[in-house]
Amino acid sequence: MIWIENLWKNFENKEVLTGLELYIPRGETLVIMGRSGCGKSVLLKMITGLMKPDQGQIWIDGEDITTLTRKPLDRTRQKLGMLFQSAALFDSMTVEENVGFMVAQHTKLSKREIDEIVAEKLHLVQLDGTQHLRPAELSGGMRKRVGLARAIAYNPEVILYDEPTTGLDPITALEINRLIRDLHQKLQVTSVVVTHDMDSAFSVGTRMAMIHQGQVIAHGTPDEIWKIDNPVLQQFITNENRYQN
Amino acid sequence: MHNQPSIRRQTLYDSRNFLIRFVDFAGGRALNGISGLGNATMLVWETWSLAFRPPFQLKLLVHQLFLIGVNSISVVLISGLFTGMVLATQGYYQLIQLSAEGTLGKFVTVSVVKELGPMVTAFVLAGRIGASITAELGTMKVTEQIDALEVMATNPVKYLVVPRFLACAIMLPILTLFAIVFGIAGGYLSAITLFDMNGLFFLKLAQANLFIDSIITSLVKASAFGMAIASIGCYKGFTISSAGGAEGVGKSTTGSAVTSLVTILALDVLLNQMLHVVFGVQ
Repeated sequence: MIWIENLWKNFENKEVLTGLELYIPRGETLVIMGRSGCGKSVLLKMITGLMKPDQGQIWIDGEDITTLTRKPLDRTRQKLGMLFQSAALFDSMTVEENVGFMVAQHTKLSKREIDEIVAEKLHLVQLDGTQHLRPAELSGGMRKRVGLARAIAYNPEVILYDEPTTGLDPITALEINRLIRDLHQKLQVTSVVVTHDMDSAFSVGTRMAMIHQGQVIAHGTPDEIWKIDNPVLQQFITNENRYQN
Repeated sequence: MHNQPSIRRQTLYDSRNFLIRFVDFAGGRALNGISGLGNATMLVWETWSLAFRPPFQLKLLVHQLFLIGVNSISVVLISGLFTGMVLATQGYYQLIQLSAEGTLGKFVTVSVVKELGPMVTAFVLAGRIGASITAELGTMKVTEQIDALEVMATNPVKYLVVPRFLACAIMLPILTLFAIVFGIAGGYLSAITLFDMNGLFFLKLAQANLFIDSIITSLVKASAFGMAIASIGCYKGFTISSAGGAEGVGKSTTGSAVTSLVTILALDVLLNQMLHVVFGVQ
């Protein structure tokens, strides 16, 4: 489904990605882990075409999106849905307008048909009846769920999650994790979750990859990840150094 | 004794260092300026090319026309009225020294139609609309809303810039017409109340000096000012660094208003010359 090949990215002489290679099979939920600043979010931005790599290719469904111009890139983007770290809801619009935005922009469906889709997606994220609220009236967890409803509104083949549980209390974080698992089962989509929250990572991931110094240093199922003998990975997933310093 | 050459060397080293730092600083600023101008030109070019390409976002355009036009009209009318009043007052005291106070109607009309109408309208909108466009788009940028638009396969220039650009280009001339009418009305009020002039005579002179080519020139200038305000507002909003946060939005908003005001003045000089040379407009 998504194949990332020899990806390089520098920011003002700081090497963030140094020849990263990654394959994300269709239907899997891949969790990308790594320390802050290791390039996880940069990688997501490149998969969505928001950022160009210095070198390398990103293949989505057989198309190298790093070489696409806007029109074909937008066609590929219509296969993607993304939940941003801050939810990135349009604050001048209601929940209904936010969730139905992509459908309204890219189809000729009537207002009533769009409303039905919005209601269905809001039901999936358990936010029935919130159509007329504004983002400012929502809690952090609700904003994430509306962001998720918006991400799935156009029936994407791939859902990208950027730090889905960051900034949420543990109970709400658990709810979001459950929602990601449920959506994966119900919609049969490929998911890419970027996180450094290990509870979330092991809760939602069917495959995991660890990025360190710009490269993938470990890749496998959660069970395989536990068994990989790599000190950086083991320290990261066991939180060995949590109480040091 | 031995220290003197080393002090001289140090002074020479310091002044050379200062010179290098100065050239580095000035060069950096110049390069940033040129690159900014280039990027802004690219944005205007992209806006033009998308403005006449379907799908047309009519609903968004109408919304912006309302925000820019209807919400700004009161402040434009008041500014126009006071500008006309001040112009008549100052003009009267100058003209009376030449025993030409009778031409006050002509003086006010020509000044308001050719310069002050479009300028005052543009200044008001640069502060009111240009700054608010930057603040709105800047906030959208730092909260990843513009990235969200991109990911949802929607071109942010088409969706956000084109409606604002067209609305400013359409609304500035309309608001300028109102400013001109209220400017002349302000001059009339000053003339009859402060200087006890014959109102009918003032209006006749005003009418005699209202030329269609002057009004068209004024509206063309107003439309160009509107495009400049929208382009600068959008460009400043789009180029806020995501890491800049609220402080970055504040700085860019101020920068947008200041840049718009300077650009309006520069454009005015340029357009006056161009219209004079190309179309022979006086």
